[in-house]
Order: sequence, then structure tokens, then C-alpha cells
Amino acid sequence: MNKYIYKIRFTLNDRHMMQILANDTKKLVLMVIRIAILIGVCYVILAPIIGMAVNSISSNADAHDPMVYVIPRNPTWERYELVIERMDYWGTMGRNLLYTFALTGIQLFVCSMVGYGFARFNFPFKNLLFGCVVIMIVIPAHTIMLPIYMTFREFDPLGIVSLITGSSINMMSTTAPMYIMTLFGCGVRSGLYIYIFTQFFRGLPKEIEEAAFVDGAGVWYTYFRIMLVNAMPAVVTVAVFSMVWQFNDTFYAKLFLISDNVVIGKKISTLQATISNQDRIMDLVVQELYLNAGIILVLLPIVIIYIVLQKYFIEGVERSGIVG
Amino acid sequence: MAENKTKAKTAVKKRKKLTLIQRRMLTGYLFILPWFFGFLYFYVRSIVLTVQFSFSELVMDIARGGYTLINVGFENYRFAFMGHGYFNQILTRSISGILVDVPLIIFFSLFIAILLNKKFPGRAIIRVIFFLPVIMASEAITASLAMSAQMMNAGISSTATEVASVAGSGGINVELFIGLFLDLGIPLQLLSYLIEAVVRINTIIAASGVQIIIFLAALQSIPGSLYEVANIEGATGYETFWKVTFPMMMPHIITNIVYTIVDSFVKSDVVNLAYSTTFSQFNYGLSSVFSIVSSVLTLAILFIVVSIIQKRTFYYN
Repeated sequence: MNKYIYKIRFTLNDRHMMQILANDTKKLVLMVIRIAILIGVCYVILAPIIGMAVNSISSNADAHDPMVYVIPRNPTWERYELVIERMDYWGTMGRNLLYTFALTGIQLFVCSMVGYGFARFNFPFKNLLFGCVVIMIVIPAHTIMLPIYMTFREFDPLGIVSLITGSSINMMSTTAPMYIMTLFGCGVRSGLYIYIFTQFFRGLPKEIEEAAFVDGAGVWYTYFRIMLVNAMPAVVTVAVFSMVWQFNDTFYAKLFLISDNVVIGKKISTLQATISNQDRIMDLVVQELYLNAGIILVLLPIVIIYIVLQKYFIEGVERSGIVG
Repeated sequence: MAENKTKAKTAVKKRKKLTLIQRRMLTGYLFILPWFFGFLYFYVRSIVLTVQFSFSELVMDIARGGYTLINVGFENYRFAFMGHGYFNQILTRSISGILVDVPLIIFFSLFIAILLNKKFPGRAIIRVIFFLPVIMASEAITASLAMSAQMMNAGISSTATEVASVAGSGGINVELFIGLFLDLGIPLQLLSYLIEAVVRINTIIAASGVQIIIFLAALQSIPGSLYEVANIEGATGYETFWKVTFPMMMPHIITNIVYTIVDSFVKSDVVNLAYSTTFSQFNYGLSSVFSIVSSVLTLAILFIVVSIIQKRTFYYN
């Protein structure tokens, strides 16, 4: 077979030309099919977003005009102005982003540390403990929601708090439970992040650490100044995942009754009611336009952050331990 | 816990006498210590409590705080399966929904990842677009959109819902195609499964963002030398896929199956039922039963599926 192809390449006869042509056509057809499928799927993903963006700038007349399709006749920014005011957008979004970034930072710190511990040190029961990390990934948070709710409603670990203050603390409707859980490596999908970091640190060459050790660096110095810097791809991957999932999380926000002044997603759920009660806009179609404007506003920051980080993110996933 | 602490204390005293290996062992424990306490306090304790709740009736003491447990044995379990109006239905529907969805999501995301892996103009933009559903998978947003759609049902549909429905049907005569495929002798069950998949393409695309990224990364990690060898040996594209790409992807298919099952379980109706039983009906014992039964079933499915596939998996390293 090989020899045969070899011969054809060098005789350059008609058959060769035909084969090249056939190959080119095949490649072209395949490429057209591929692009058609990808564009189709992209359309399915983008259609609702485009629809919402269009809705959010169309006027009342446009909403009821059956002739208007995709491009509104009288675009208006009025929806955004009202929604920004009613949601207290800048304040709430600022607090929400601060909350998300703080928790992401804690996640990165704690999970990378635990992951490094699992990847580089040998200690008794290591495999059993790592099995516990996997269990954490697999068990949904819903199974343990009730005890966790009660734990934070009467926060009193091992009786220490009531020993000092005389009674337990009710932490409901504050953000404290989320910070505490994240600090102890049990935040939103922490198990997954620990797993990613462990796999990544395992893949790094041991020589780096040995060199640092010979040069007299301590374990903590090595970890913070050398390993963490080398783990940048994993850090970016976990940072993006953590930010997106923390920002979108409504489960814990509902469970801990966190105020809607901190979690903007909760304001979206009541936005339509606010608009109809406070502004006396009773037309359901117009209400939906306001809702769409609100959703676009909520999505915007996280989409921008993702677009900024996406190049590093994709590279990071490719190089980090998710792939194992 | 206590043992660890005493160990750490003695370690401080005798640090000079410890060997290097022992010292590294203790440092390892130090690194995982925060997670270890968290796991014990938030997970182990909670799971034990949930099991305990499921066997008892829980009475909240509003005035003083705290609660009292009255042991009722298997009463909660009996009620969940025999007495509750729709728990059985919701449970079977959720579980079968997971089983139907997982193969669709896995095949779809593998297919898209393979398409995206080739180099073509605009690849970067398309990769951004495919991750958008993950970013926008906010429960609050989906819920409020669904609610407003429900409210609108009686009125005129807005452009957004119109666009979505057009994306679904596209003005194609679906009946004609169904008849065509039936005439071709495709079994009705298979056809209805496929039609259902096509109708829910939105859900499937939205649920496969992370999977696509994992598969893409996995495709990049396959050594190019394998493809070179296949090419030299004269393998066709079809053969290369089944003999090289697919076996190399098997471990990642397992990862993705685990992720998909867990993810679709978290979004399933039975979880919502457990949530509403807790926080709107305040029936804590019953909701613990719901949580435990559904989690155990999901874990069993996970275990069976993974062990079946693991037998056929080829590990390169």
C-alpha cells in the first residue's frame, strides 16, 4: 500500500490529479458540514440572548407590533434606567462581585493548599482521605442541607461559642456561613477544586521542589513562592469555575437566607413583581421587557470577566489536572 | 481529631528528633487540616444527622431554639413510599430522566468537542459561545424566565419566546420527516427517543458546556504520534476514530458521566421536592427520607455505570 502511494506521488498521472481533486472536494464538503453544525448550535445558544437583548431595548409600541422582528423600530434605554434604579444595580452588583471575589480567593487558597497536601506528601490514610474528597464531589449538597441549616441557625461548634457568650449565634441571613464553609474547604463545589489541584500538582516535576529544598527553602516558602506560581493554569481554571458557580449559586443563598442586597440573582426573581407593584406597569408583555433588561444587566459582568480570562482558561483546562 | 492534635503537640516538642519522612508526614496533615475539620463537621456529622432525622419526627423548639427528636422507626420511609401522593412518580421520573439524558449529553459533547478540535477560522469565538450556557445557568434567571413565560401564556407571545420557538421548529414539516423515518423501518421507540432529543436540544446544549471543555482538553492531550502511526499504517479516518481517539477518550468519558449524573441529579425534581418539603411544609423527617433515598439511588447508578464502563476502559499510562 505504501509503495503504491509512493509510486503515484512520483508519476503524477491523471489518476493522481483525480485523487487530489476528490480529496479536496471531500475536505470541502466536510468543512461545510462542520461549519453548518457549529453555526446551528451557536444559534440555539445565542438566540435567547439576542432575543433578550432586543427585547430590553424595544419600546412599548415595538413590543405589540407584529411587524417588528429582531430590529426594534424605536429603540429606548428606558428599561435599563428603571431597572438599574429598582434593583439598586450598582450597589448590589458591587457587593455581589465583592462577595464572589472574596469567596473565590478563599477557595483558591484553601483548595490549592489541600490539593498540594494530597499530591506531594505521604501520610497514613491518604487514599482513604482522598476518597472522602471524591465522596464530597459525588454527594449533592441537598442531602446535607437540613443539618447544615440547623448548624448555622444555632452556630455552636463543640459548645465553644455558648461557653463564651452563653448562647449560640444565629447566622441566618448573613454571609458568614458561606465564608466559614469555604474557609474549611466545604464551599460551593470545593471537592472538585481540590481534585483539580491535586491532579495538577501531581503532574508537576518533583525536581523543582528538590532544588528549592537543597537551596534551603522551607515547605511553606516552596509552596507559596514556587509551586503556586507554577500552578497558574490550574489556578485560572479553578478561579473561573469558582467565580461562575459562586455567582450563579442560588442554593446556598436560599438555604442561608442571604439578603438580596448581596446576591443579585435573588433580586431578579422579584424584579417583575417590583415593577408591577411599584411602577404600576400591568402589561405583562412590557413587564417581560424589564425582566429581560435586568437579566442582561446581571449577566454582563460575569460574561465580561469570562471573555477576559477565556484564553488562559482554555489553556489552563488543557494543561491542568481535569484531564487527569 | 484529638489524636492529631496531640501528635502535633508532641511534634513541636520533639521536632529535632523526627526523621525527615515523619516531618513531611506531619506537614502533609497540616496542609489538609482545614479541609479535614470541615469535612468532619459539615459532611460526616450532617450525613449522620440526616440519617437520624429520617428515622424520627423532628419538633423545632422555636422559643428556646434547638429541636427534639421522637423516634418513629421506619414510619417516614413507609409514608414516603406508600402514603405520599407523588413521591414515587417524581422519583422514577427523575431517575429515568437522568438515565435518558446522560448518553445524549455525552455523545453530543463528544461530537461537538471533535468538531471544535480541528483548526478553522473563528474557533476562539465559537469556544467562548459554547461555554456561555454554563455562565448563564443561573437558577434564578431560568426560574424567573419560566415564570414570566407562564404568565404570558394567555397573552401575546413576545419576540424572545417567538425566536425560541422558531429555533425549535424552524417552519419545517416535522410530521413529514417522522413519517419518512417510520417508512424506512426505524423502530418507533428509537425514533421517539431521537425526536425527544431533538425537541430538547436547548436543554442538552445548556447541560453540556463543562463536558465539551473537558473533552476538548482530553483531545488535546492525545499524543500526536499515535495519529502519525495510524496514518502510516493506512488507517482511514473512521478507523482512526474508533481505534485511537475513542479508546484514548474512555477515561474522560467516565469523568464526564460522573459529572453529568451528579449535575442532572442536583437539578432534578426530586431534589426540589425535598427542598420544598423542608422549607415550606417543615416536614423534616420526610424530606430527609427523600434526600437519602434519591442520593442512595443516584450513588448506586453511578457505581453501576462506572464499574461497567471501567472494565472496558483502556488506560494509556
